[in-house]
Parts: sequence; structure tokens; C-alpha cells
Amino acid sequence: MSDGTMDRVARATPPRVARKIKGMSDRAIAWLFVAPTIFLLLAINIFPLIWTIQLSFTNYRANRLNREVKNIGLRNYERILTDSDIWLNMQATAHFLFWTIVLQVLIGFALAYLINKNFRGSPFWTTVIVLPMMLSPAVVGNFWKFLYQPQIGLFNYIVSFFTGADPSSFEMLGQVNLAPWSIVIVDTWMWTPFVMLICLAGLRSIPDYIYEAAEIDRASKLRQFFTITVPMVLPFLMLAVLFRGIENFKMFDLVVQLTGGGPGSTTELTSINLKREAFEKWRTGYASAYAIILFVTVFGLASIYVKALNKVKER
Amino acid sequence: MSAHSINAPSSRQKWIAGSLVVVYALVTMIPLVWIMLTGFKSPADAISYPPKWVFDPTLEGYVNLFTTRTRQTQEFLAANPPQHWADEIVRQYDMVIVGPSKFGERFLNSVIIGFGSTFLSVFLGTLAAYAFSRFKIPLADDLLFFILSTRMMPPIAVAIPIFLMYRNLGLSDTHLGMIFLYTAVNISLAVWLLKGFIDEIPREYEEAALIDGYTRFQAFRKVVLPQAATGIASTAVFCLIFAWNEYAFAVLLTSATAQTAPPFIPTIIGIGGLDWPAVAAGATIFLLPVMIFTILLRKHLLRGITFGAVRK
Repeated sequence: MSDGTMDRVARATPPRVARKIKGMSDRAIAWLFVAPTIFLLLAINIFPLIWTIQLSFTNYRANRLNREVKNIGLRNYERILTDSDIWLNMQATAHFLFWTIVLQVLIGFALAYLINKNFRGSPFWTTVIVLPMMLSPAVVGNFWKFLYQPQIGLFNYIVSFFTGADPSSFEMLGQVNLAPWSIVIVDTWMWTPFVMLICLAGLRSIPDYIYEAAEIDRASKLRQFFTITVPMVLPFLMLAVLFRGIENFKMFDLVVQLTGGGPGSTTELTSINLKREAFEKWRTGYASAYAIILFVTVFGLASIYVKALNKVKER
Repeated sequence: MSAHSINAPSSRQKWIAGSLVVVYALVTMIPLVWIMLTGFKSPADAISYPPKWVFDPTLEGYVNLFTTRTRQTQEFLAANPPQHWADEIVRQYDMVIVGPSKFGERFLNSVIIGFGSTFLSVFLGTLAAYAFSRFKIPLADDLLFFILSTRMMPPIAVAIPIFLMYRNLGLSDTHLGMIFLYTAVNISLAVWLLKGFIDEIPREYEEAALIDGYTRFQAFRKVVLPQAATGIASTAVFCLIFAWNEYAFAVLLTSATAQTAPPFIPTIIGIGGLDWPAVAAGATIFLLPVMIFTILLRKHLLRGITFGAVRK
């Protein structure tokens, strides 16, 4: 709209109405406040999602603009779901997800339990432990590549210092049997603090009187731990697992910098595979179908999980 | 936990717990300390075996990070004596500094895109959070869930159509495009965090202001905003850290003009492979602000991380 039109509207608006606009109704304010956010999400999240769905039924290639785009129905989906390589990527992702979650839950809970003893200086050390999760995964992952170098890398040096193995005898990033663990180690190093913080919040939410009552009933410390501490922290822990699960299903930056999916495709998580299809092979239609399958998988798993979580909370 | 509680941990328990946590914290810091140390090493020290904890510090890594250099003939070097200390450092390799590297530019891009998107997401997020907190919005729960669920999409999945969309709109590889994109990613978190903070401000304050003749707008600006300032600030830090660290969109959607530092730092190449001291110097400069922020604002940040969990 040009300025001229605005001016004319302003002149034509009687003062009474203008005042009413200034003191807008709550309803109008509510929509005025929410609309920009919804609009942005529609433009940059929902519209692209719909576009991806549409592309997933075509043979479109983003690097060949002159090629005729054909609708090929469900062929992309068929090809993905019957491709054995993609099942290997899924397996690599599952291995990564499972072990990062197990390790982070165990170490994170243990740390939270210890920090909750409120020893002197615990706030300071909590902050130190939290530092890795605040940093850029790509930059840190790239540097871990240096730590993992055989012979000169600090990681190999420390391992050989404690085990006596020759530091050049193993390559964390180059060996098929070690590479999947190299990414689990770095992710655990980075994200254990997150699980720890959420567990800590859970532990601190347990009111003292419950333990006091248990003490009066002469419940042993071990029994208190399993009948009070664990069940009360469980909903928090499950929430932490949900967040970590979703994040690690999407995992890209850290692993792409560390291993780039290699050696071979042993650490080629689905996101890395997807990037390769979409931005290296430029099979846009195929990659779109792949993206939709991944999204439906995360969304489905997360919904089932949230239902389970709510049941635990109700107890 | 009160000091008189019968199940307060004994001092021996505290001591054991404390030492275990300190050991974990120290081990966890090794990679970060190593980054900072490597930035001050010469290339030879950086790849020596066994790894060196004690070495002659040099600024070579930082010089290589900020400059581009070329090798020159002996005659040229003899005819042009070194101008300053940085020149002298590169002279040991028969090189001269020919200009600045791209690092400064990339770092500036990170600053522009980081602060731009943070401002936008906090601004829009505060408005939306206020509306969700105070007004009856039809389908509010569904909308809030929708806002949150947008976080579940893998960035690469969204990147395909955004790549196409930005190509058509001329937004690819621009600051503005990246600011919009990071805002869209951050806004879900911003709305959820801020709604929590605003929920905690008693409605009575605003209602008193409304009775005094303030409009809703004025009440929001003069009563709610000052009260929510801490919450807004810590939300801003979260958004800033996300935008600062983001890699996937940056590497796919930017190249020459709007590329941020995370995709750039791993590509720093020296003579004969990666120049690890320069990479480490870049990483140090890039990571240090976040570490300092985290330590300074620890109370608010730690609260923010667990906020979603604690509120339910």
C-alpha cells in the first residue's frame, strides 16, 4: 500500500474510531501479537514442508532447471524403503541413538545425584561441566578430529598411557569397528550435562519430608533410593531422553565434521545420507521423499513416547 | 535441603561426591584446554609426539588465522625487510603477508546474523508469549504444540525447499535470509520459555494499571516488559547461542557473502594439510565468548535449560 492511501485512510477515519484503535480490544491485540510468529512459522516451516511433500512425488532435480518435471507417484518412497543401503544408515543411526542415550542417562544421573549432595563449590563445578554443551558442535567436532589422530592425537595418547597400547595402533576415525564409537564418545562428552541438569531439577523437586517419613518408617537408604528417588526423577529423565532422542535423530553437524560419514558408510547417519542425496547427488525429489519418511518416523516415535511419558506422570 | 534435615549428607559423603564431580569436570575440560593451548603452538609443537603440555608459545596460529600469505624468493625477502612482528613470524617460512584472510568477515557475519535473529525472535516471541499467557486464544494448546513441533524436523529436510524458495526470492547467501531462518527455528523455544516467565508475573499488576487508565498496550510496555526483563535476557542468550553455533543451514545455504564462522573454521588450510594451530586459534576466538557468557550468566542459563522440565 502506498503512503497516499494510508494518508487518505487516516483522514477519512473519524477520531472516535481512531481512539478505539489506539485502545484496541484484547482480541485484536491477541491476534496482532500472535500473527507474526504464526506467519513466520507458516512461511519457513509449514510451507516448505508442504512443498517437500509435493516434490517427493516427482523426479525433480534442483541442479537441472530445464529438465521436465514428471509426477512419478510413490516410486521414490518405494525405492527408499526397499534400498538396503538406507537400512544400513538406519542401523548406524539406531546404534548412535541407543548408546548415546544409555551413556548420557547413566553418567548424567550419577553426576546429578552427586551434585545434589551440595558439597562446597558445587555450583561452580556444575557450570564447568555444562560448558561443552554450549559450544558449536561443528567447531568442536572438527577439533576432536585432531584429538583422535593416531600417534599425535591427545585421545590416543591418553588411551595408550592407561592401557599400554601403541598410540599409532588404532585409528578411532579410520577403523570400521571404532568409528561408530568415536561419535558416541564425543556426543556423550558434549550432551551428558544436559541430562544431568534435567535430572538435577528432578532431584531438587523431591520434597524433603518424603525422605523424613521414610526414615521414620526405617526404610533403608537403598530402599529409599529405589522407591522414592528413582520414581520421582523418572518423568524428568524420560523428558531428557525425549529431547536427546529427537536431537540425535537429527544429528548432522558434529558427525559430519568428525567422520563425514566414513569410513565407508559406517557412521553415515540418516541426516548425512540425506544431505548427500539432496545437495551432492541433487536427487531433489528422492531426497524429499526421504525427508518425509524421516519426519514421520521422528514424529510418530515422539508421539508414542509422549503418551508413555504422560502415563508415568499420572502415576 | 535444610541443614537440620535428618537425611542431610554427611561431610564424608559430601567429600566423596565433590571429588568425583571435580574429577569428571577436569576430564571434560581437557579438550577445551587443548584447543586453547594448540592455538599458541607452532605447527611442529602441535603435532609432536608425545603431546606437549609445555612449549614455547607463539602467535603464529593467530597470524595465520587472520592473514593470507605467499612464498617469496630470497631476493624479494632481502629487498623488503619485515615491517612488524607478524611479518617476522611468517618470514621464518620465507613468506610475506599479502592481505587479511576471510576469518574477520566470517566472524562479523556470525555477529550480524546472530544478533539480528536473536533480536527478531525475542521481539516476536515476547509478543506471542504475552498473548498466549494473558488472552484466551482459540486452540491455544494446539497452536503451542504446533509451534514446538516445528523443532522436530531435521534441518536438512527443511533445507531442501528453503534452498529452492530462497533461490527464487533471491535470499540465498544473504544476511537477511539467514536471520529469518534462524528466527523461525528459535522462535518456538523463545515462545515457550517466555510464556513461562510471563505466566509468573501476577496479573494484578496489569489490572491495576488498566484501572488507572492505561491501555493494554501501555500496560504491556510499562508493567509487563520491565518485570519480564530477566526472562527476556536469558531467552535472548539461548537464541544467540543457537544462532552462533548453527552449522547445517549455514553450510548448505551460504557460501561467499553470508557464510558464518562455523562452516569456515574447519576449512582453514595451511601448507601441507590442515593448519591445526590456526584452526585452534579460530576455534578459541569463536568459542570463548560463549564460555564467558555461560559462566557469567550461569544462574539464568541453567534455569532456562531445565525450564521445560520443571514447569510441568
